[in-house]
Amino acid sequence: MSLNRRDFLKLSGAGAALAFTGCASQYGAAARGHVIVVGAGFGGATCAKYLRQWGPNLDVTLIEPNDSFVSCPFSNWVLGGLRSMDDITHSYDKLPKRGIRMLKDSVVAIDADKRIVRTQGGASIGYDRLVLAPGIEILTDSVKGFQEAEAAGKVVHAWKAGPQTALLRKQLQAMPDGGTFVMSVPAAPYRCPPGPYERACMVAYYFKQAKPKSRIILLDGNPDIASKKALFLWAWNTFYPGMIDYRPNNAPLAVDGNKMTVSTEFDDVRGDVLNVVPKQRAGTVCDLVGARNDSNKAWCTVNLATFESTAAPNVHILGDSVQSNLPKSGHMATNHAKVCAAAIVDLLAGRAPDPIPVVANTCYSATSGSTAGHVANVYRFEAGKGYVSQPEGGATSTGDEANFHYAESWSQNIWAEVLG
Amino acid sequence: MNQTTTLIGASLIGLALAGPISAADRHTEVIAATCMSCHGPGGKSLGTIPSLVDLKQDDFVKRLQEFKSGKRLSSIMKRHAAGYTDAETEALAAYFASLQ
Repeated sequence: MSLNRRDFLKLSGAGAALAFTGCASQYGAAARGHVIVVGAGFGGATCAKYLRQWGPNLDVTLIEPNDSFVSCPFSNWVLGGLRSMDDITHSYDKLPKRGIRMLKDSVVAIDADKRIVRTQGGASIGYDRLVLAPGIEILTDSVKGFQEAEAAGKVVHAWKAGPQTALLRKQLQAMPDGGTFVMSVPAAPYRCPPGPYERACMVAYYFKQAKPKSRIILLDGNPDIASKKALFLWAWNTFYPGMIDYRPNNAPLAVDGNKMTVSTEFDDVRGDVLNVVPKQRAGTVCDLVGARNDSNKAWCTVNLATFESTAAPNVHILGDSVQSNLPKSGHMATNHAKVCAAAIVDLLAGRAPDPIPVVANTCYSATSGSTAGHVANVYRFEAGKGYVSQPEGGATSTGDEANFHYAESWSQNIWAEVLG
Repeated sequence: MNQTTTLIGASLIGLALAGPISAADRHTEVIAATCMSCHGPGGKSLGTIPSLVDLKQDDFVKRLQEFKSGKRLSSIMKRHAAGYTDAETEALAAYFASLQ
């Protein structure tokens, strides 16, 4: 019998209604063993949930040092005054009800040969498969003076949602009308490609309401707006004309929290509020197994059909830490997690994982208090090529109210999907 | 081993071990789960984005085909609908119908 993939899937589609009336968990029931997931962000929490859903006989431990989930998506909305910190902070309480063992701790060592993780709290825990979903490590020593200014509470990156988000909001609120907000953006790759430009929109939206004489200087380490360029230029020209001074090719070299300046190769730029986002690399825990193995020793190369590290067998890596053509977004991390969870269930059941997974990214950016735009792509894995972006993917060139409402709905749905 | 052989082989092993869920259905199930990142857990939306479990199987297929062709105007769905094969769209429709 010779079937190509399309025929096979067609047959499958025809039989799917019948097939899915069977218990879905039966397929994964053969998977046995202990999976440890490190990090309960978008990627890690989703992976733990689907490991239990698709592999009901798996033991799953989710290790996370924080008490609650604080969403990076929508943290710019806090800076714009459209959301509170409470709105973007969510409980992990529902995850144990799925049979996930939550451990409030941090991983400090991994023995990849013996398959044991050791935690700061002193636990040694064995695993069959390990999933690392730590997000990013921010290289605060890459901008001279940043660490001192950060420690003094004068300059933040706010590129991990949490206390720095709240502090930046307070600094913006305390700034006098007519003041200058200076934001600096690293060269790609970095977490959330459109994030810096959405942040400029949200701060401009706040200034327009509360202190309209103020201005924004956006120092970009990239040669141009790195994501949704048309959308952001439309928003800046439409809603905030003259307010945003955009300067490409201006990577930050130093920051001085006393003089309140950001230095680039060209200039020392003074501001009343400084927001410096240093460059980043894969989360620290990835280094415990030597998994930062791309050419810059910054990000982790993985088998993109299973997310297994190319450096450490039985160790899978998700989300922003991964080196690939997929955007570093929370949404993308949830879909890495689903492909990875299915692959781990298959591997622990002695089956071959799906060799041709398909994932999608959807990312909304607010452009004002009532408008937003999006970028969306479907990516299809092809052996030897990696994920191939499918036709029709792309970004809106203007924002509108419909996308704003979809963005709000997206946040409710994805938070429930990750944590529910 | 080519991809088709792998899929069918995996499917047969899956059937033998665990009942009527195949590797191809797992392919569908993972795509369906990726839909839920926007459309909500189990395809039940909490807000403006439509729920997927409310759609009849035939309507699901028709709607995605119309998004893909542009016959039905959409904000974002043309970008998604165009990314899936007809077979995947049909399998997704069957999957979400099974969740009702």
